[in-house]
Amino acid sequence: MNEKLYLEDEENLGTKVEEGYEQVYCRPDTLTDVPFHYCPGCGHSVVHKVLMEVIDELGIQEETIGVAPVGCSVFAYHYMNIDMQEAAHGRATAVATGIKRVLPEKYVFSYQGDGDLAAIGTAETIHTVNRGENILMLFINNGIYGMTGGQMAPTSLIGQVTSTSPYGREASQVGNPIKIADMLCLLPGAYYVTRQIVHNPNGVRKLKKALIKAFEYQKQKKGTCFVEVVSNCPSGWKMTPVETIKYLEEKMLPMYPIGDLKVPQN
Amino acid sequence: MENKEKRTGEAKLMKGNEAFAEAAIRADIDAYFGYPITPQSEVLEYLEREIPGRHGLVLQAESEIASINMIYGAAGAGARVMTSSSSPGISLMQEGISYIAAAQLPCLIANIVRGGPGLGTIQPSQGDYFQATKGGGHGDYHLIVLAPSSVQEMADFVFDGFRLAEKYRNPVMILSDGALGQMMEKVILPEEGSLPKSVPAWATTGKTKNREHNVITSLFMQPEEMEQVNLRMQEKYKSMQKEVRYEEIQVEDAEFLLVAFGLSSRICQKTVDLAREKGIKVGLLRPITLYPYPYDRLKELSNQVEFMLTVEMNAGQMVEDVRLSVEGKVPVHFIGRMGGMILSPEDILHKIESIHESLNAVNV
Repeated sequence: MNEKLYLEDEENLGTKVEEGYEQVYCRPDTLTDVPFHYCPGCGHSVVHKVLMEVIDELGIQEETIGVAPVGCSVFAYHYMNIDMQEAAHGRATAVATGIKRVLPEKYVFSYQGDGDLAAIGTAETIHTVNRGENILMLFINNGIYGMTGGQMAPTSLIGQVTSTSPYGREASQVGNPIKIADMLCLLPGAYYVTRQIVHNPNGVRKLKKALIKAFEYQKQKKGTCFVEVVSNCPSGWKMTPVETIKYLEEKMLPMYPIGDLKVPQN
Repeated sequence: MENKEKRTGEAKLMKGNEAFAEAAIRADIDAYFGYPITPQSEVLEYLEREIPGRHGLVLQAESEIASINMIYGAAGAGARVMTSSSSPGISLMQEGISYIAAAQLPCLIANIVRGGPGLGTIQPSQGDYFQATKGGGHGDYHLIVLAPSSVQEMADFVFDGFRLAEKYRNPVMILSDGALGQMMEKVILPEEGSLPKSVPAWATTGKTKNREHNVITSLFMQPEEMEQVNLRMQEKYKSMQKEVRYEEIQVEDAEFLLVAFGLSSRICQKTVDLAREKGIKVGLLRPITLYPYPYDRLKELSNQVEFMLTVEMNAGQMVEDVRLSVEGKVPVHFIGRMGGMILSPEDILHKIESIHESLNAVNV
């Protein structure tokens, strides 16, 4: 962490903290000074921050390369102050594979949403994990296509109303919500699979621990670490942020229960 | 642009695909990502067999879509990388190729063309000329396209291709065909390690304290910015025009000019000999770079010859560029076969004779 403490208030940016006060919080070096474009209440900002805090605390900013997806987090590289590549829709883990294979001693992660990872990129997702690529796959599951305006995702719930399922998702027509993390557990290449949340402080703490573990396993070249975050989408769900938390807990979590799905067998 | 490789050692008898693969190892590639498809699977097979005991890495991906995106990632990380496929597989790669061109990443892509459209056939074709030279994927971009006509050039153009790709930060395509990939010929391979390599400053190799973070992207949301990016790319394509390469055979005194690339040009060489034996002054211009294209040279030759005959293994694709070159000054004819069928030298000679006769008939 930074030795010096700077206030987050823009007017006072760069001001040293007064004597007698203790530093308890600051922006990590791994986050740029660019305000997030995410909608108020969206989980992406929190996940970005937690991920970058972890990279900062592990001291691996210079050794980490990230891959941004197509989706709401398409501009992740505006905020993440590390070397990054922008992948085509669905191809983030193939791009990450290319990076990791030629830079095997670096840390590599992909950051994808549900449409990207579990629909258009399903083949890349499965085969990256099947090869046991030594990368972190970070999966943000909010059950909707946020960036394109709230269309049905492979993870949308049965009955969920979206702009492309205006009468509610119907399994007989478009299938059931896909539990991709559960599927990936079947592959020997998956070393650590966990599902987390960021809409409460306890969830944030647990996500942080999960990410630290994932980077540690990557260092040990154990295989693919898959961290799912069940998140919200106030704009796409057409709810206030507070309402999304209720929906997430009451509707999303029964379908996508939090906790470790696959842990290392010793 | 000249071929600069030192060639050492004895001539070997090799398949085009294998000479290409061996040249890749000698060009010190960091990685090859690919997927099997006839008639180019020997490339992947050769590299899977050879690389473990030597240097670099080879990975069989789950699809051409994955392999081209692995190329994107590895090229963006500063590595010297390549892939190869055949027509249907190259079609699958087009999205990735557009991204690679837009992100200005150097890499080498070989298309060992087979007959199409669709699943088509596994026999040789030149049906992907438009796709290779006019874009292929979405948006305004160009690949540098090299067209080998021998097993020797299948090997040499790996080196030329990387040199151009790295000079211009642009993907280079080698447009070959199933016959050149499969046939065996004498080849003297380029010397190992003779192609200098360095990690570019823009690569995502991990942010260091003394620089801003590197980002590989093709996304520029502001139209004003996207236009500027496009204008810079177009400037780059203009600057590539000086790399144009072609070969001329018996053009000095030619009254009739054959224009053909790749395998078709090999057949045309024989036609030139047959025609000359009959006293018909036929010459051959073989474009080696299909992008950039030798428009200027063909325009010059339109002042010399009575007509041009473009010979292709397709329905007539390059012929459009020949017509663009001559600006209507001379008639430009076409002969071709499709679907994996190959013209004979005699077929082409008969075509020359029939055009010649019809011209004379008009003159009378």
